[in-house]
Amino acid sequence: MASKVKILTEHINVPGIENFDVYRKHGGYNAVEKALKKMSPEEVVEEVKKAGVRGRGGAGFPMGMKWSFLAKPEGVPRYLVCNADESEPGTFKDHYLMKYLPHLLIEGMIVSSFALGANKSFIYVRGELMYVIKILEKAIEEAKNAGFLGKNILGTGYDLELIVQPGGGAYICGEETALLESLEGKRGNPRNKPPFPAVKGLYQCPTVVNNVESIATATWIINNGGDEYAKIGIGRSTGTKLISASGHIKKPGVYEIELGLPVEEFIYSDEYLGGVRNGHYLKAVVAGGSSVPILPTHLLLKTASGEGRLMSYESLSDGGFATGTMLGSGGFIAMDETTCIVRNTWNFSRFYHHESCGQCSPCREGTGWMEKVLHRIEHGHGNARDIDLLVDVAKKIEGNTICPLGDAAAWPVASAIKHFRDEFEWHIKNPSAATKPGAVFLKEEVFA
Amino acid sequence: MEKKIVFSEDRLIKTKEIIERYPAGKQKSALLPLLHLAQEQFGWVSAPVMDYIAEILNIEPVEVYEVTTFYSMFHLEPVGKHVIEYCRTGPCCTMGGEEVYEHLKTKLGIKANETTTDGVFTIKEVECLAACGWGPCFQIKEQFYMHLNNEKVDEIIEELRK
Ligand SMILES: Cc1cc2nc3c(=O)[nH]c(=O)nc-3n(C[C@H](O)[C@H](O)[C@H](O)COP(=O)(O)O)c2cc1C
Ligand code: SF4
Ligand code: FES
Repeated sequence: MASKVKILTEHINVPGIENFDVYRKHGGYNAVEKALKKMSPEEVVEEVKKAGVRGRGGAGFPMGMKWSFLAKPEGVPRYLVCNADESEPGTFKDHYLMKYLPHLLIEGMIVSSFALGANKSFIYVRGELMYVIKILEKAIEEAKNAGFLGKNILGTGYDLELIVQPGGGAYICGEETALLESLEGKRGNPRNKPPFPAVKGLYQCPTVVNNVESIATATWIINNGGDEYAKIGIGRSTGTKLISASGHIKKPGVYEIELGLPVEEFIYSDEYLGGVRNGHYLKAVVAGGSSVPILPTHLLLKTASGEGRLMSYESLSDGGFATGTMLGSGGFIAMDETTCIVRNTWNFSRFYHHESCGQCSPCREGTGWMEKVLHRIEHGHGNARDIDLLVDVAKKIEGNTICPLGDAAAWPVASAIKHFRDEFEWHIKNPSAATKPGAVFLKEEVFA
Repeated sequence: MEKKIVFSEDRLIKTKEIIERYPAGKQKSALLPLLHLAQEQFGWVSAPVMDYIAEILNIEPVEVYEVTTFYSMFHLEPVGKHVIEYCRTGPCCTMGGEEVYEHLKTKLGIKANETTTDGVFTIKEVECLAACGWGPCFQIKEQFYMHLNNEKVDEIIEELRK
């Protein structure tokens, strides 16, 4: 298959592409002209629906369908909020996209806002990325001066104001309802659903929340049509996906891949990750950001039924949580044989405990328990019953919370124990060795 | 001597602009942006600073307190001139983050949440900064320091000490 389709990053290496003039020279803002001058909002929604593009923030919900659910009561403003909170460990693609191609996001925001009938739209960026906020604000200023933002855009009568809002440092604010609370100047406590944001979102008005990458994609879809987009990718995983790759690979970084690329090619080909660092071999991968189940290499490369695994929503989740994982946000964390799975699992648990908003007791208490038990196993004080205790706590959290952070905390623990139970047992039986940070647990190479 | 808490001239103009961008009556949305502005000017967010912001936004002080304590970026105690916000999360650790962190702490002779006696450096541990593939990393104000190793840490510290 053609692996070089670039929908988002085609011009990323053009010098000065962060400036309006250069971006415009490379076809930038053509989608705004086309949408606002030649299409109705409904037609824009229709193209996005036809494209079949799925939300790139993690859940993979079809974007066009989400847009069509937006309530449209008379006289009530509607809002589009771009989720640029990007805090899922292993994920840094939105950071990359906004830093190098700020105008692509702005352009996507304009066509998307037009489609939804929003006249004031927000980009909520995690506060740590203040320098990116300044890049976006400069881009907005340039677009405004060129007549692509503000009142009566391109003389079409459509008005749009874009506001870049900083967060304050909280992973939970990536959850869409927590994000809306935060945007209203409150603590980031997720809301009970229903009502969904499509009915009561920001300021209790109908709201769509979409990820940076999702919104940026709308630009290409408008320029080329939804049908063209749907030809890229595989099955219900249409289009391309930005993958953030980190860990023990030769070339960490952000890659735009066509969905359907074989996982093995992604890892070992020089065009992508270039393989595992010299002298080492791959032990495990967390393929979609810290929340998704960890997989040992043999299950990552091949499904339980022996088929080569592909980088797509369906293929990565083949086998469910027994033998599969999820594409999630595309945070691909590779670990070679020197990685201590127990230590990494403890680290993630500490993260989720720290980031739990504390509203629901299974999440608040459960994440604390898991962190504590994993800490003692990793530091040589574990006992034989601890492993089952962890499994039990993870089970009690799963599905019993207001927002999916609880599940996100439970899955990494449950999957690490499922696939690397011997390593947890080894830590308990070898307490002194286990206290060494990053203790090496050598295993037979699991695949050739 | 207590100095009166008041935004600088340019930040007062910025404050007005920020508040005006939200719909009428929704000025509370300006809270996080104003807290960032305040921390930029005052170095940390003290109770009088929070009261000042509550007054600007015409909200109760407790509405500010409950927000500053929820988010990790606001310093609720005085900090050193340079706050090193070190990423301690899994992917960075995979890239060698723990070893580099030990080196940093030894070099400065402090632990997390401590400030060097000369008041120049404070270390804070933070979670994933969305820079995993460029890790290990830390942040000082808006600046990201990436692809860290022990030598690089030494260079950065020497440079900032000048
Ligand atoms: C704990 C938690 C954190 C999340 N963090 C993010 C995030 O940083 N960025 C993001 O786009 N979506 C994040 N999401 C998903 C959002 O709730 C939401 O589904 C998404 O922004 C919708 O956009 P999309 O359909 O374009 O993906 C998070 C969800 C949860 C439960
Ligand atoms: S699951 Fe956790 S983070 Fe989500 S609302 Fe409940 S306590 Fe808060
Ligand atoms: S884990 Fe350090 S930046 Fe993501």
